[in-house]
Amino acid sequence: MATANIEVSETPLVLYALRRADDALILGHRLSEWCGHAPAMEEDMALANMGLDLLGQARELYTYAAKVEGRGNDEDKFAYLRDVRQYRNLLLLEQPNGDFARTMVRQFFYAAFADLYWRAMMASSDPTLAAIAAKSEKESAYHVRHSSEWIVRLGDGTEESHRRAQGAIDDLWAYTGEMFAVDDSERGLIDAGIAIDPATLKSRWLKTVTGIINEATLSLPKSDWMQQGGRSGSHSEHLGHLLSELQSMQRTFPGATW
Amino acid sequence: MYTQALNSSDGDDRGVEDVARASQFQARIDADERIEPNDWMPAAYRKTLTRQISQHAHSEIVGMLPEGNWITRAPSLRRKAALLAKVQDECGHGLYLYAAAETLGTSREELVDAMLSGKAKYSSIFNYPTLTWADIGTIGWLVDGAAIMNQIPLCRCSYGPYARAMIRVCKEESFHQRQGFEIMVTLCRGTAEQKAMAQNALDRWWWPVLMMFGPPDQASQHSDTSTKWKIKRFSNDELRQKFIDATVPQAEFLGLTIPDPGMKQNANGNWEHSPIDWDEFKQVLAGNGPCNRDRLAARRKAHEEGAWVREAAMAYAEKRRSRQLAQAAE
Repeated sequence: MATANIEVSETPLVLYALRRADDALILGHRLSEWCGHAPAMEEDMALANMGLDLLGQARELYTYAAKVEGRGNDEDKFAYLRDVRQYRNLLLLEQPNGDFARTMVRQFFYAAFADLYWRAMMASSDPTLAAIAAKSEKESAYHVRHSSEWIVRLGDGTEESHRRAQGAIDDLWAYTGEMFAVDDSERGLIDAGIAIDPATLKSRWLKTVTGIINEATLSLPKSDWMQQGGRSGSHSEHLGHLLSELQSMQRTFPGATW
Repeated sequence: MYTQALNSSDGDDRGVEDVARASQFQARIDADERIEPNDWMPAAYRKTLTRQISQHAHSEIVGMLPEGNWITRAPSLRRKAALLAKVQDECGHGLYLYAAAETLGTSREELVDAMLSGKAKYSSIFNYPTLTWADIGTIGWLVDGAAIMNQIPLCRCSYGPYARAMIRVCKEESFHQRQGFEIMVTLCRGTAEQKAMAQNALDRWWWPVLMMFGPPDQASQHSDTSTKWKIKRFSNDELRQKFIDATVPQAEFLGLTIPDPGMKQNANGNWEHSPIDWDEFKQVLAGNGPCNRDRLAARRKAHEEGAWVREAAMAYAEKRRSRQLAQAAE
């Protein structure tokens, strides 16, 4: 019975693809939690739409990781049969939805990064990653537009919405640094032209973010302390609960086909 | 803003019945013409359609909840994406239908408020719980299947905006129905546990699905005028019979047993079902179904907790408007 977690050979390219796939799956899952409960029907549509984009990205990246790894794993095994310590997503993306302001700030911080990141990755020497990047960039561009508009509306809306948006920024800011971090495994891929160095995107990201935050009459925290650990499996307590829900069917009925 | 223009044509005589106009109106219906928002229509026609279209819209929105219950637990990424897309489609249908209802002169806010206050109804089928993954397959197969039986004739409904909305909705519903059936096929070809899950879901959903077609023809309140106005083209019992006849061979294909031991095929080839427990139907309609309270509570919670977001959007739009005006004045 295949109840146990799968084993993954995390060669640099497999690990790379899994990290981005996990980012997309975890954020997509979070957005899907809103479905049927959003503040307006239009937002139910938009959040589901973005969730679907991200799920699609996750599936392509998992499938590629499986192909590169070549050990018989597949998208579902990666998603449903790895435990918390094997997940490689950014801490930012596993943070709970909270209120709509928190969801939008999380979305904005990540989308503003992902848009730049995937655009740069279109130049990857790996044709599969370049193709995934081209599709993801188009989707991320919409996610940035959608979330930026909301940040401005919430920041410059009512006193309450301003307070909630500012609170979300203050709480989530410390999770943004991890997006730009690079470890040895990824450094090799960057040197080989397969991946791009996210650190090179930081000033442009900050410019976009600062522009919108200013327009929204909000402010960024002064603190530059940044949390890290998601990329190596040291997660917040929230991820385990998300996975227990996400994986419940596969864990309860091991080996079944759905 | 454009809808105001649409509604202005008969603003003053709305609610006033005019015998000559009413007979002209009926002549148009009899000639199979489509009635459009600007056309004169009897107040009762407007009222009936507003009620029916908005109930339909409420059903789409409340219907997101039982299936939404499984989005985070779907058993594979493919199923998860398909389910999320499906529930999103339902929201789209809801928006589409509210827009169609608004052409009759009542705003979406008013219609939604009537649902949240419990005054307006939605389809009782959504007051049953989704307990296992097989419920998601069964809803697609049977609930969407029954909805299609009801809605295909509505594509030829006399009211243009509703008929056109139904054409699009039916296309998506038939995709959902096939998707649901495919989930059932997979379960029935799976392990014994999966097949038992499928049978159990069918056992729980079968009778409530038959009730979706509404009370038997002798007891239906609205059918006569709705038929005269070509809003309704088939009776409840006719549609129910059509659905059962289509579904029996599908259940057979799946190797599942319809939970009606008394069901038999008559000389015309139609499957005759045992008596339906209309008391259960009345109870669920009266608010006593297993999930009535949960469903309304979930919609109210989303509405109330989203209030500050909608207020912020309005406040921002207002600020922007006044800034633009101030700029233009400079």
